[in-house]
Amino acid sequence: MYMMTKVALVLLALTTAACTRPDRFGAGDANGMNGAGGIDQSALGSASDPRSPAYFQQTIGDRVLFLVDQSTLSPQSMATLDGQAGWLQTNNDYLAIIEGHADEQGTREYNLALGARRANAVREYLISKGVASGRIRTVSYGKERPIAVCSDESCYSQNRRAVTVISIGTVG
Amino acid sequence: MTRLLTFLLALLIAPVLATSALAQSGPLRLTITDGVIEPLPFAIPTFQAESGGSEQMAADISRLIADDLAGTGLFRQIPASSFISQQASFTQAVAFPDWRAINAQALIIGAVSVSGDQVVVKFRLYDVFSGVEMGEGMQLAGTSGGWRRIAHKVADQVYSRITGEGGYFDSRVVYVSESGPKDNRLKRLAIMDYDGANTQFLTESGSIVLAPRFSASGDRVLYTSYESGFPRIYVLNVASVGRQELQTAPGEMAFSPRFSLDGRRMIYSLINGGNTDLYVSDIVSGQSTRLTNAPSIETAPSFSPDGSQIVFESDRSGNQQLYIMPAGGGEPRRISFGQGRYSTPVWSPRGDLVAFTKQNAGRFHIGVMRTDGSEERLLTSSFLDEGPTWAPNGRVIMFSRETQGAGGVSTLYSVDISGRNLRQVPTQGDGSDPSWGPLQP
Repeated sequence: MYMMTKVALVLLALTTAACTRPDRFGAGDANGMNGAGGIDQSALGSASDPRSPAYFQQTIGDRVLFLVDQSTLSPQSMATLDGQAGWLQTNNDYLAIIEGHADEQGTREYNLALGARRANAVREYLISKGVASGRIRTVSYGKERPIAVCSDESCYSQNRRAVTVISIGTVG
Repeated sequence: MTRLLTFLLALLIAPVLATSALAQSGPLRLTITDGVIEPLPFAIPTFQAESGGSEQMAADISRLIADDLAGTGLFRQIPASSFISQQASFTQAVAFPDWRAINAQALIIGAVSVSGDQVVVKFRLYDVFSGVEMGEGMQLAGTSGGWRRIAHKVADQVYSRITGEGGYFDSRVVYVSESGPKDNRLKRLAIMDYDGANTQFLTESGSIVLAPRFSASGDRVLYTSYESGFPRIYVLNVASVGRQELQTAPGEMAFSPRFSLDGRRMIYSLINGGNTDLYVSDIVSGQSTRLTNAPSIETAPSFSPDGSQIVFESDRSGNQQLYIMPAGGGEPRRISFGQGRYSTPVWSPRGDLVAFTKQNAGRFHIGVMRTDGSEERLLTSSFLDEGPTWAPNGRVIMFSRETQGAGGVSTLYSVDISGRNLRQVPTQGDGSDPSWGPLQP
């Protein structure tokens, strides 16, 4: 019955496909976008609004970090992902792309593959917590998009990450 | 590191030539083998301008030939200020004693004529101490816009006649031209002559592009682009700059492609469910065959020159190591056993060596080993060296070197497989992921 509910929700999302906007949200531009097609997708407000992307990014946390060469989720990461899974199940009009990243200590190809492992570890975890698999895609950027640019562990630890990027959209 | 020294490559000039002019026998031959070396001194009087107005072209071509040869580290140009006799014309008899007196072992004489858009270059190469011509005089013709290629072809002839090996000067390199800050670097494909001249951009910088790879004939380039939002493989026609996404096996992301020798297939990595394995696809039909099936990362594949085998990296042992397997798949055989991690293997065009990236004790190295894993030697060491590519003759390797810190940038370097003659390759903007194309026809 639980699965049936999920399928129904996905189908509902599909029926509104023509009207949704697959925009990606940055941290600050989450205001004023209303659902279309007669479906109230709710206000997207601030980090204090539990239904807002800003809340997802800042209050729940949109990213988890990894140890060198690892794609294993720490207990802290799992707690963050529990929050993400709950949010995604409450806000069914959102899709997620998990972006996997690596630090610069490694060759380009290996880091691409490593980023994919990390993104997939997050995806599998979210699915295990009930998020429909069709709502989650993964992409690896390897070492191409560091967020911290120094060449020591203080930056590397921030770059070894998987970021859950949410957007309004439908499975397809 | 002592192994590196042991295997330092060298030039061995036939001793009889080096000793005295009285013992003139045996041809001039620079053998690239183990031993001690001294660059071979050569003289190249500015080529004679045979037609009015071709003086500048003659000077430019002569200079570029000299730069090509001296740039190898195997040859040393004798400055014109030391010349005793000037070669007044292409047909004039060579005054060998005058060239022996300044210890010029090789002498390159030439003439240039320009007529409209046409350039004609003639040259002869002499073994000064034997007093004989090496090979036959040669004439090359082309358009004035292609004068650099003509000069490179002359230099390739000289290099080849003296070393007995193929040249590499008339070749091109495709690479990723980089600009912008480290956390938002813009990348676009560029192609240039081996010496950095004649750069042409092949893509815009709107999407991340990675690791372009030439076909064996140099007509096409495989590369990875994020223009779909996901890393996918594209093929680009160098002449038309037309490109298309290639069909691969179903999966989320595909990357690290290389052509087979005949250019009809490509080998690449495909990510499915977070796991990276090797596949081979027919370029035209897109029909794919899976080559590895392991929970580990299998990537950076490279064909042997005869197409029968594949060298690649895998972390199946716990960290990145190099493996060889049959081209159709099969049991991989590990070939790297030293300390540290080995990656990005590339089979040499001669088939005898594999170049690789090695990480050990916080440093990156470019190295080479025999295909059975023996005789490993490291050629470079830095904060981050990676991604070797072979010169068409298998004597020189080009790679990316990235500097440390927030302002870190990537540039291209080349190094002889002896570990000698490390030099930065000029590029438009910063550069990474070079792929060295074939000697041009």
